[in-house]
This record gives sequence, C-alpha cells and structure tokens, in this order.
Amino acid sequence: MMNTTMKKPLMKRLRNWTIALIVLIIYVWAFTGFFKNFELKPTALQAAKAIFSGMSHPDWGYVSQPGGEDLLHALLETFNIAVLGTFISAILCVPFAFWAARNMNRYRFVSSAGKIFLSAIRVFPELIMALLFIKAVGLGAFAGVLALGFHSIGMLGKLFGESIEDMDFSAAEALRACGANKFQTLWFAIVPQVMPQFFSYTLYRFEISVRSAAILGMVGAGGIGAPLIFALNAHRWDRVGVILLGIIVMVSIIDLISGAIRKRLV
Amino acid sequence: MNLAKRRVAKLKLSLIILFFILLIWSASKQTGVSLVELFSNLSNMGALLAQMFPPDWSYFNYVTSAMLETIRMAVLGTTFGGIVAIPFALFASRNIVKKGWIAIPFRFVMNLIRTIPELLLAALFVPIFGIGFVSGIFALAVFSFGVIAKLAYESIEAIDKGPLEAMTAVGANKLQWIFLGVIPQVVAPYMSYFLYCFEINVRAATILGYVGAGGIGLYLSRTLGFLQYDRVMSIILYTFVVVLIIDGLSNRIREKLI
Repeated sequence: MMNTTMKKPLMKRLRNWTIALIVLIIYVWAFTGFFKNFELKPTALQAAKAIFSGMSHPDWGYVSQPGGEDLLHALLETFNIAVLGTFISAILCVPFAFWAARNMNRYRFVSSAGKIFLSAIRVFPELIMALLFIKAVGLGAFAGVLALGFHSIGMLGKLFGESIEDMDFSAAEALRACGANKFQTLWFAIVPQVMPQFFSYTLYRFEISVRSAAILGMVGAGGIGAPLIFALNAHRWDRVGVILLGIIVMVSIIDLISGAIRKRLV
Repeated sequence: MNLAKRRVAKLKLSLIILFFILLIWSASKQTGVSLVELFSNLSNMGALLAQMFPPDWSYFNYVTSAMLETIRMAVLGTTFGGIVAIPFALFASRNIVKKGWIAIPFRFVMNLIRTIPELLLAALFVPIFGIGFVSGIFALAVFSFGVIAKLAYESIEAIDKGPLEAMTAVGANKLQWIFLGVIPQVVAPYMSYFLYCFEINVRAATILGYVGAGGIGLYLSRTLGFLQYDRVMSIILYTFVVVLIIDGLSNRIREKLI
C-alpha cells in the first residue's frame, strides 16, 4: 500500500526525467559555450578599477551648468519623452486592445491576428523604431517620443485587451435591459469598470518608458542617453557616475510616486 | 454621498485633469513635438521601410550562430541572476528574517539595481569583460537578479504560515524551517518568475549587442552602420520568430506551474 502511494505513475516519472534531461542538455550546451569563450582581458582589473574610482567620484559640476547642457535638463527631457510617449500610446492602443480582445470579436482568428500584431510591435526593437523616426523627424526628442509612443502600443494593447477579456458584462446587460443606449452603456457600465486598470497599466508602462527613454538617446533620440554614450565612449567614468546616479534617483522617485498611485487605484 | 463631499471630489478630479493637461502641454513644448514635421517627412520613413523589403533571406543562415549565442546569453544570465536572487529574496522577506531592519539594505540593493536599464549595464560591463557575450551575460544576470529577487520576496511574504508554525512547534531549526517549510511553498512561483525573466532577457539580449555585448545585436548594429536595411529586416524577423517560439513555450510551462 505504502509503495503504490509513494511512487508516481510510470508515465509521469518518464515525463519528469525527460524534462530534466532537456534542461540538463540546455545547460551543458550553454556552459560549454561560456567556458570556451570566457577569457578575462589582462586589462580587465585595471578597467574595473578605473570605472569604480570614477563612479565613486561623480562629476558634480555636470549636474547644473549655465547654458543648459547639463544633467538636470537632460533628465527633464527624458521625463518629458516618457510622459508624451506613454500618453500617445495610451490613446492609440485602445482600438488595438479591442481588436485583440477575444470577447469583442465574433471570430477567434480576428482576435488572434490582433494579438500577433501586438506581439510583433513588442518585439520590434525600440532602438530601431527610434532610428526609423529619426529619419522622419530628424535627431532629437521628438523622434524618441514617437518611438516610445508606437512601441508601447504593443504592451499596453495587450494588457488592456486582457482586461477587456476579464470584464464583467452583467452591469452592461442590466443597463441595456432598462433601455440605455449604446453610448450610455459604454459610459456608465464599461468605462468605470476598465478605467482604474487602464490608468494603472498606463502608469506601469510609464515607469518602463522612463527607463527606455533613458537609453533611446544612445541612437540620438533625445534625453539623457546621448550625454551618457559620449561619456561612456570617452571613458569619463566620473561623468558616467553622475549620470547613472541621476537616472537612479529619477527612476526611483517616479517608481515610488507611481507605485503609490497604482496601489490606490486598484 | 452628500453635496459637499461630491463637490470636493469634483474639484479634485478637475485639478487632476488640469495638472495632466499642463504636464502634457509643457512636455510637448519642450520636446519640440510638431505634427506638421512628422507628416511632411513621413515619406523619408517610408523610403527607409521600403529599403527593408524584401528581407535578405540568405542572411538567416549567416546569423544563426549569433542567434544561438543570444539565447545562450539569456539562459546563463537568467540562471546566474536567479541563483544570486534566492538568498537576497529570503533576507528581504519580513516573515523569514524577524528583525525588520535586516530586510531594509537587501531591499534597497534590489530596488537600486532594478532602476538601471540593461543596455546601460551592458555598456558598463563591456570595458571590463571586453566586447562579446560575456559582458552581456553579466548585464543580464544583474538585471535578472533585480527582477527575480523582488518578485520572489513578494511571494515569500505571501506564503501560508500554517506549516511554518507547525514546524516551529515540533522544534525545527532555522535551516530546516527554510528548506522544508518555506522553499517548497515558493518553488512554483519562483520557477514561473524565472521563466518570465528569461522571456524578458531573450528580448533584451537581442539588442545588447548594440553596445558591444554580444549576440545578434552586434550584427544589428553592424548592418545598420552599413545601411544594409534588408539585412536589418531579416534580423528583426528572425528575432520575432525566436521570441514568439520561446514566449509560447515558456507561457505553456508557466500555466502548468501555477
């Protein structure tokens, strides 16, 4: 009796062993490649020391300079890019969300196509998107805004679509039953239900967008990324340090505020 | 709701809306948003997109080894990060470490690390480990550590206290308590976060090469530099297919886990 309850059925054991074997093979493959190519450059320690000493003595002079080419202006621009990019995508993603929601389309393949389209947008690298928009509107923050705005549609559309799928339609049905028109049902039953989630997801995306906006400048799309890549290429670690610190402080503050708002929303 | 309360709520709402309008207005002013510029130059962008088609199909073969390297980076980066995350997650949980102040430094480190974008981490590791996928692995490891540790400590704090109290009652020591009481309860969510992070890392790994941290991103930046946009497109398509497959597999496993 004891044995039969302790031992799992043969098929299940076989399956577990196969999974373990597959995982093992993946790791053997990954590690052999790692150790074959792993070599520390003789200069590695020196470089690490230089980076560490530079970062521990940040270039405070860069925080605020006359003329506006300084950390605070660049951070403000990054923030602005994130705000506008999120705003644009929050508006543009609504039709895509309805397209990708299973319960809004009669045929399954329509919503599946919407979902695939949204994941295609998500996979399309933001940096390439930024390069495309730089071709259209030139170097600068506007290209970053557009790149973020379009890229975020992928994620926001997916999240909104999922929250539409999870929606409870009894309130809408009740309103319709007592004679509300389409607009009234939308406004009084559907909008109040999805709004908190909608804002919460938008804020969440905003947190991510701030981080993205911080690196978009590496290809010339405005924000803190441009001075950062210059400092990195010039090995000016003291400046890299102060920029990194600036990014950390800005992102932390935004995360804190946005997290507090999101907690109250949902 | 009485009238005064309703009026206050209305005032609050209009203030919030006003604040948003001001925020967006000032942001668009400072970033130089101009729809005229966008629409008058849309043809430039169209020309670039046109150059991307048809993709260079023969390039797929050429970049396959780089693609495998990208996946390898993601596997190893997630693994290293995930392993380091375990002790941190345990120390950051208030129900494991009874003294509240111990958790604070651990949480601080985790939050600090999560604020740094991966591409930036990679750019910092490249001068140390050299151009190549080792820098990418370390950048991804640091990033995954932040994500997994945070998600894991949140689920550790949400575990069922019952078994733990029972173990304490029969005299289990702290290690037994953790390995037999806490870990079994969080293995499934931990694996799920691990896979979730792996999905993010595959995506991130595809662009890390842009700053020299190995993988397919190296080819991406090279072809962009040489203006070979048909090859750029084939890299993007390749990435798309690989990411879709990995997301699909990982999603199915995660659904089974929870």
